[in-house]
Amino acid sequence: MIMEREWSYLALCLSLLACPSASSAQEKLAAGADAAGIEKGEYLARAGDCIACHTAPESPTFSGGRPMPTPFGTLYTSNITPDPATGIGKWTADDFYETMHNGRYPDGGLLYPAMPFASYTKVTREDSDAIYAYLRTIDPVVHKNREHELSFPYNNRSLVLGWRTLFFSEGEFQPDEDKSVEWNRGAYLVEGLGHCGMCHTPINALGGSSDSEAFKGGLIPMQNWYAPSLTSNKEAGLGDWSIKDITDLLQKGVSARGAVYGPMADVVYNSLQYLTDEDTVAMAVYLKSIAQDSPQSPVSRLPSSESSLLISLGKTVYDGQCASCHGVGGEGKPPHFPPLAGNQSIQMDSAVNAIRMVLNGGYAPGTKSNPMPYGMPPFAVSLSDNEVAAVVSYIRTSWGNRGTTVSAAEANELRKAPLQ
Amino acid sequence: MKQRRGAYKILGAVIVLFSVDSAAYAENATAAPDTMEARVQPCTPCHGLAGKGTTDAYFPRLAGKPAGYLYNQLIAFRSGRRKYPPMNYLLQFMPDDYLRKISAYFAEQRPPLPPASNAEVSGKVLERGKTIATQGDLDSGVPACVSCHGPSLTGQEPAIPGLLGLRATYLSAQLGGWRYGTRTAIAPDCMQIVAGHLNEDDVRAVAAWLSSIPAPADASPASAKSYALPFACGSQPDEDAPK
Repeated sequence: MIMEREWSYLALCLSLLACPSASSAQEKLAAGADAAGIEKGEYLARAGDCIACHTAPESPTFSGGRPMPTPFGTLYTSNITPDPATGIGKWTADDFYETMHNGRYPDGGLLYPAMPFASYTKVTREDSDAIYAYLRTIDPVVHKNREHELSFPYNNRSLVLGWRTLFFSEGEFQPDEDKSVEWNRGAYLVEGLGHCGMCHTPINALGGSSDSEAFKGGLIPMQNWYAPSLTSNKEAGLGDWSIKDITDLLQKGVSARGAVYGPMADVVYNSLQYLTDEDTVAMAVYLKSIAQDSPQSPVSRLPSSESSLLISLGKTVYDGQCASCHGVGGEGKPPHFPPLAGNQSIQMDSAVNAIRMVLNGGYAPGTKSNPMPYGMPPFAVSLSDNEVAAVVSYIRTSWGNRGTTVSAAEANELRKAPLQ
Repeated sequence: MKQRRGAYKILGAVIVLFSVDSAAYAENATAAPDTMEARVQPCTPCHGLAGKGTTDAYFPRLAGKPAGYLYNQLIAFRSGRRKYPPMNYLLQFMPDDYLRKISAYFAEQRPPLPPASNAEVSGKVLERGKTIATQGDLDSGVPACVSCHGPSLTGQEPAIPGLLGLRATYLSAQLGGWRYGTRTAIAPDCMQIVAGHLNEDDVRAVAAWLSSIPAPADASPASAKSYALPFACGSQPDEDAPK
């Protein structure tokens, strides 16, 4: 219906040779549609973080063209504005749902799984329709989609069929009747629109993730940040966090237990800060419930003479460079200068994030409730590989922390990590 | 700045000695200071305290540059238009308002300019640099630097930067960036047009001369519209100009 109305409107204004701008046509459409539904669609598009991928720098919102480097080549995101020729203006609500739910374009073509349809498949038809209705109301932008640059054999789209067989199971979210409405809402957001599993579930060499590994954490390909496990309390498992600390982390980007940096800062900045308190609490309740205590790994190897030298150098670096903000005892000045004592993110088996924070520093995201974030200075210029390894080893093993020491070679390797 | 911090220390001691409400002090001691100085700490390893610069010739001084110029650069680094991965990374998730505040903070700072560098080029090259900067080169269509960056080269509010206190290495790298199109600004991109008329010898000469001039007594930028710009510039649009 909407399509027909649009075409007849276009025909009418062509015949009168007096065409109001396309955007006023869109406004008319919007006025005809259910305003509350559109607002809900906008909110859900935030929850799905569509903007982060479908908008290129200095380009109109949702007009696509953002390069997405993957181990298989570079993908370019598509224009999802309602332009009929280059965007999704000709799509029906059915087409949109089929794409979100099943990873297939209206012509039957297969989407590459960089688009998280394996998560979006859980989104209800009603929510998909709301997002569709919202996307119809934004200004159409003429911007032709750019061809992907994938290396052989990944440039053959039929390979996606194999990926789908291995890793894709279609189906809307099914509530667990034994759990509360709040828990189910949280699960729906985390597993569906939030597509948290895209990073927090390990990715194998085929670019897939499997249900049995769900939320167990992994190194994000190309970005070289470690997305910690959400199920292990030794990593980012939130089992012993208060609901307030979890919601602070998700909504503000900073909390009494730690702050978000790197790719997670992106998620908070573009998506999570806009969610309602109720939805954020629901996500927190669900996330808290999936965390389990894992058997404590053995305390880091007894310091050999080499590692005790390293840790002693680390203490010198720490007291000189870090203690003024993070405290002599690693207590920090929460929430803005995160505590290091007892901080899970620096004790994980993977030391990647701690090393990168020392090398590159970083600002927590600027959010509605924390609009002027503090940040960590980068030390790549002033500290040697050995000093970086020493200070990271020191914070991973001091004040009761149970991490292991790291080597100068590991620190050196991460100097090459891409920063964006 | 040092003086101010000293004053805070004394104030802190006074509070410890005389405050009856010691709990309030304890809370302060465990909270991050609510200052811009504390918030811009990530900038200091490369740009120095209060943005005064460091000994590393590739990292520019920020202090005292007009806020509009600094803001344009922060926006350009955030979007990736201006490419330097450590800057692009740090600014990714910063809202516009905060970038304005950071720009205003560095624009207000007035640490002394560093001593001028000893030029590592011949007197003849230095003379060529001075000519370009102060008179331009009509034959190759290069305007004088001073015609936009001000008679004392301290820039003009709101968005034309001063050129003092910068090392020759930084200046020539930026001019090179404009020439080759790796550094761009909003159209009309006046610096790209100007730098496009410079050759490599010109760049070396003008960078050497600019880094060799002693600091003026007041390094503040000239006020907005205190002199007319010779041509349109996207970074500093003239709102009064006929559209």
